[in-house]
Amino acid sequence: MLRIEGLTKAFDDLVAVDKVSFEVPKGQMVGIIGRSGAGKSTLLRMINRLTDATSGRILCDDVFDGEVDVCGLKGRRVREWRARCAMVFQQFNLIPRLQVMTNVLMGRISYHATLPALLMMFPAKDRALTIRALQRLDMVSHAMHRADELSGGQQQRVAIARALVQEPKILLADEPIASLDLRNATIVMDALRRINKEDGITVICNLHLLQTAKDYCDRIIAMRKGAIVFDGPPSELSDALAREIYGSDKGGDDDVELAFTATSAPTDFARSATRSGAD
Amino acid sequence: MNIREPTALAGAKERGSAAQFEERYLAFRRRKLIYNALFWGGFIACVIAAGITAKFDVFTLLKGLPRTTEFLVKMVPPITLSTFAADIGEWYWGIDKWLNSLLNTLLMAYLATVLGTIVGGALSFLAARNLAPNFLTYWAMRRTLEIARTVPDIVWALLFVMAFGIGPLPGVLAITVHTIGAQGKLFAEVNENVSPLPLDGIRAAGGNWLHEIRYGVIPQVMPNYMSYTFWRIELNVRSATIVGFVGAGGIGHDLFTSIQLLYFADAGAILLIVVVTIMLIDMLSEKFRHSAIGKASFSH
Ligand SMILES: Nc1ncnc2c1ncn2[C@@H]1O[C@H](COP(=O)(O)OP(=O)(O)O)[C@@H](O)[C@H]1O
Ligand SMILES: [Mg+2]
Repeated sequence: MLRIEGLTKAFDDLVAVDKVSFEVPKGQMVGIIGRSGAGKSTLLRMINRLTDATSGRILCDDVFDGEVDVCGLKGRRVREWRARCAMVFQQFNLIPRLQVMTNVLMGRISYHATLPALLMMFPAKDRALTIRALQRLDMVSHAMHRADELSGGQQQRVAIARALVQEPKILLADEPIASLDLRNATIVMDALRRINKEDGITVICNLHLLQTAKDYCDRIIAMRKGAIVFDGPPSELSDALAREIYGSDKGGDDDVELAFTATSAPTDFARSATRSGAD
Repeated sequence: MNIREPTALAGAKERGSAAQFEERYLAFRRRKLIYNALFWGGFIACVIAAGITAKFDVFTLLKGLPRTTEFLVKMVPPITLSTFAADIGEWYWGIDKWLNSLLNTLLMAYLATVLGTIVGGALSFLAARNLAPNFLTYWAMRRTLEIARTVPDIVWALLFVMAFGIGPLPGVLAITVHTIGAQGKLFAEVNENVSPLPLDGIRAAGGNWLHEIRYGVIPQVMPNYMSYTFWRIELNVRSATIVGFVGAGGIGHDLFTSIQLLYFADAGAILLIVVVTIMLIDMLSEKFRHSAIGKASFSH
């Protein structure tokens, strides 16, 4: 269970996230939608502790003993939290010049003392975890390639593998498919959904397209100007409300067409689990 | 504009706007001419003023020029084709000693480059605005590197010769200090241009500051570091020769004593060794640098 209470982030006088509260039960897949600038990235970065909240609490009970306010963690405990609350990004955020294998091993970095990790001394168990994660994402044949030799879709799968070896309880994804073509977007979203279902990992995913969120998520949270304007199952999100969420502040609705464009329906992930489409 | 407009009218309008354009263009040209005249006038005035203040006198220069060639002639003893080998052999009577000194100079340069690059490289992360843990560290580190760099290495060498006595040690120290400052600053600027995305990736996975530097920054900056380091070796061989003049050992010391004792042929022989060595190192380092830069561009 992850409980967000009155979470707020202000950049000088701009309130990017404004007293946001919600609860996510374990194993749910949540899509956060909203137009660009609504505060989605800031919210996820606060949950991972990449950005410090101005006020509010993030309570979690299945990472540390008992319920802990994540905002109050310091030093090594912050790093432990980040590992357990993994994050993937729109631009993949891999290390371009290093091998896929090394990039995925980075997910193990918080489980060891600083020095061995600096010297790239990871135990065999970590390498086994890495290979298994790459297998699940159908990327094992690229293990020795440099990350910058891969396509965007492949890089995002490597980033998800890195998140997996962190052995996370929660997986945050900040617009994971915004830089990908339709086919790769489908592969990546299928992978996230599969991980959510098979491992019971809570997934919170920022998405620009409403249709993707409807296709893949159990629940949709819509943000506008830093605040939550809708929170419920996809079926309850009416077109009228969606238009309001995406409508621009000046009354025009240039974002709406884009937001309503459908992605392909999710492929059956039971099938793709045995034979996932590779590049 | 309406496309059905009569062509004559459109032409008139066009002519009107062309005249307007011409007028504005001429005004622009006039302004530019004035600015240029002011700039170059000021520039030339500054050059003349600087020459006068520094007592740079063209006549003294012209009078001194023949003496320079005289000096150069004295540095090469008579060499005839019939006794070529013997003449060269005589000119380079001290070749064993000089090569030994040259080796010393090269080792000084190499050691100082390695030490200075390691220390300067380590400090460069604290001197990069995007990586320094706080502004105070950044500011203090920048100033420290500035002092190490802006004091010329010959001055550092004088200080260290006074402190540690004559020999290669003060030379190595002097060049090391200067290299720390130079590499630290150059590397810090490279560091400030890294993509923040891999750093975020490592931090989000639970890495600490050192992990971010090791895996996020270093792979991105390595080709540039290499390129700067080859260049620095080249510069430091020159520096290692010069610091020998103030007692810091090596071939510079030999060169200085032979000039002091007016052994011009010896000075010429040593100078030729130095020039050839530096040219060779220039060529080698150019080659290495290109391969390092080649790798850098390949990675993006
Ligand atoms: N580091 C920052 N400094 C200042 N303003 C920021 C920063 N990050 C985000 N913002 C602002 O906060 C608002 C929300 O941004 P963001 O969370 O990126 O929105 P979204 O991800 O929904 O597009 C935007 O107005 C953005 O300009
Ligand atoms: Mg965003």
